[in-house]
Amino acid sequence: MSESPIKKIQATGMMRKLMTEHFLELDAAANSSASDRPLIAWCTSVGPAELLRSFGFLVYFPENHGAVLGSSRVAADLIPAANARGYSPDICSYLTSDVGSYLKQQTPLMKAFGMKGVPRADVLVYNTNQCRDVQDWLAFYQREWGVPLIGIDTQRGLGEITADHLDGLIAQHKSLIPTLAEVSGRKFDLDRLKEVVASSYRCTLLWKRVLELAAHQPSPISFFDCTIHMGPAVVLRGTPAAEEYYPVLIKELEQRIADGIAAVDGEKLRYYWEGMPVWGKLRDHAEQFAGQHACVVASTYCNSWVFEAMGLDDPFEAMARSYTELFIVRGEDWKEDYLKAKFADYGIDGIIYHDAKTCPNNSNCRYGMPQRMTRATGVPYVTINGDLNDLRMYSEEQARTQFEALAEQIEESR
Amino acid sequence: MSGSFYCGVDIGASATKLVLLAADGQVLARALSHSGVDYRGTARKCLDQARELAGVAGEPDGTVATGYGRSNVDFAAATRTEIHCHGAGCYHQARQAVSIIDIGGQDNKVIHLDDAGKRIEFKMNRKCAAGTGAFIEEIALRLNLDVGELDGLADSTNEPVRLGSFCTVFAKTEILSHLRSGAPVAGIVRGAFVSVVDRIIEMDPLDGVVMATGGVVAHNPVIVEILQARLGRDVIVPEAPQFTGALGAALTARKLASA
Ligand code: SF4
Repeated sequence: MSESPIKKIQATGMMRKLMTEHFLELDAAANSSASDRPLIAWCTSVGPAELLRSFGFLVYFPENHGAVLGSSRVAADLIPAANARGYSPDICSYLTSDVGSYLKQQTPLMKAFGMKGVPRADVLVYNTNQCRDVQDWLAFYQREWGVPLIGIDTQRGLGEITADHLDGLIAQHKSLIPTLAEVSGRKFDLDRLKEVVASSYRCTLLWKRVLELAAHQPSPISFFDCTIHMGPAVVLRGTPAAEEYYPVLIKELEQRIADGIAAVDGEKLRYYWEGMPVWGKLRDHAEQFAGQHACVVASTYCNSWVFEAMGLDDPFEAMARSYTELFIVRGEDWKEDYLKAKFADYGIDGIIYHDAKTCPNNSNCRYGMPQRMTRATGVPYVTINGDLNDLRMYSEEQARTQFEALAEQIEESR
Repeated sequence: MSGSFYCGVDIGASATKLVLLAADGQVLARALSHSGVDYRGTARKCLDQARELAGVAGEPDGTVATGYGRSNVDFAAATRTEIHCHGAGCYHQARQAVSIIDIGGQDNKVIHLDDAGKRIEFKMNRKCAAGTGAFIEEIALRLNLDVGELDGLADSTNEPVRLGSFCTVFAKTEILSHLRSGAPVAGIVRGAFVSVVDRIIEMDPLDGVVMATGGVVAHNPVIVEILQARLGRDVIVPEAPQFTGALGAALTARKLASA
C-alpha cells in the first residue's frame, strides 16, 4: 500500500494532551459528588464562553462533540435514534447525532479519553448567532435534566453592525449574569471577566497567525489540518492551555516554511473551502487533494474563527462584537467581500462549496453566491453535495469526479 | 489497416462505450457493452470488438479512460473526468462556445465551453438520481415496459401526464395512482420525459448554443424534442451521442500522444 501523502504535524501530540486534560477535567467534575466540585456549563461554539469561565464554570461545547461523532463515523448509527424521537433527518446532524449519542449512551469520548460519558450540564447557554438549531439542541437537554437554559438571540444577515445592535447584545449578555451567579453560587467579577477576555484575545491572535502562515506558497498547513488544530481555539479559548499550544504550532509551521516543507508535496493548486467539513471524509478528502497536488489553504470554517474585537476595553462589548462580527452572522454582500479578500490574500485558484444538507447556515452556495463570486473574480468553483455528519447525504463518486474536474479545468486554462 | 490509432473508453454506471480514432481524427469503430461488475474485463471486451470492426491490430498508440470506472482500465495511460471528455467530444463537433447537457445513467451534467473549447463552468445534478437514466429505467420497470419501448410511446401522444414529484421513488408511487385512475401509459411515459427535462432546466439557464449527449438522448429523441420546445430553440445532438465521452477520451489520447 502506498504511503499516505498527509504529513503529520508534530505539535499534534501536545494538542491531544491538552484536549485530553480538558475532557478529563470535565469528566472528573461531572462524576464528583463533592459539594465544591467545579460546575459545568454547556456553551454553543460561538456563545459567551468567556462570561461562563469568569464564573468558574468548566465549559463544554456540544458542537465539538458533534464533530467528534462525525469524524469517528458513528453519526449514521446515532442519528436514527434522534429521528425516532421526532428530530428530523433534515435538521442539524450535529444535533441529531449528539441527541442520538445521548439516547444510546454511546460516545467515542469514552474510548478516546477514558471518560464515563458526556459530562452533564449544570447550565445550558446558547447564542443563536449561528442558527436556531443550537437553541433547540440545548432545549432537549433542558427537558431531560431540568437545568436552566439561557442564551442570546442575535439577529442574522447583518451588513454593518450598528450601535443599536451592539447595545441590545451587550444588554443580553448582562442579563445572563443573575442565572449564572445563582447556579455557580458566585458573584459576578468584572476583573476576572476582563482577564478571560484578554486571554481569548491572545488566543485569537495566535490562531490568526496560524491561518496567515497558510498564505505562504507553498502552504505549510492545509484546511484539513486546521479543522483539527483549531480545537484549542474553540474549546480552550480563554484558558492558558490555548495560549500555551499555539506558539508551539506556529514555531513548527515557521520551521516548515524555512525548510521549504509544504503540507502538500509539489503544491500546484490552492483552494478555498466554503462550508462545513465533511467530518467523516476529512482524511479521504485530504488524500484526494494531495494526490492532485492541491492544497486547500483557506476556509470560511477555520478562517472566520478570529475574534479581533476581543481586544476592546469593555469585555461586554468585546464579546457582543466578536460574536456578531462573524461570517455566519453577516449578509450576503459582506460575505462576498470577505471571500474576495481571502481569495486575494491566499492566492486561490479554485473554490469548493460544500452544500451541507442539514446545515443551511453554513451552506453559502444556496443563493447564487458561487456564480456571482466566479463572475466577479474569475476563480472557478465546484459545489459538492454532502453533509457535516450524515454520510448518507454524501456521494463519494460524485465528489471525487467534481474535485478532479476542477483540477482539470484550472490546469487546462493555464 | 496499419498505422496509429487511439482509444477512448468511457465506463459509465450502466454502459461502457469505446471509440477507436485514426490519427486524422476519423472514427474507426465504436463498441458498446453493459458495464456490469468487471469494468476491466468489459473495457477489454469492447477494445477487442472495436479492433475487429476497424480491422486494426495491436495496442492503441494511446488510451484515455473516463467515466465512473476510469481507474479500472489497465490499458489506459491516463484518465480524465467525464466532464472533460464530453466537453472535448462536443467541441470537436461544435467548434464554438456551447452549453452541453449530458444525461447519463447515474447523473446529469451541464458543461459550458468557451469559443476556444475551454471549460468555463460545469455542474452536476444533486446526488439524487431524479432525471437521469436510472430514473427512466425505474419508470419502465414500474410500467412493465422495456426501456426500448419508451420513446415510441412518448412520441405517440402530445398529452403528458405530469409527474409532480422530484423523487424517483415518489414518482413511481405517483404513477401507481395515475394507473389506478385510468391514465394512458403513453401519457405517463411522456410525463416522465417531461420530468427529465424539468430536472435539466433547473440546473442551469442554458444560454447560447446547446448540445445534448449521453445514452438517454441517443435512445430517446423525444426528450430532445421536449427540451427544444422548452428552450424555444434547437438543441444539437452530436453524431452518436452515447459515444461523445469516449470520443473525447480518444481525442485526448491523441493529443497526449502528440504532446
Ligand atoms: S450552524 Fe449548522 S452545524 Fe452548526 S449547530 Fe447550527 S445547524 Fe448545526
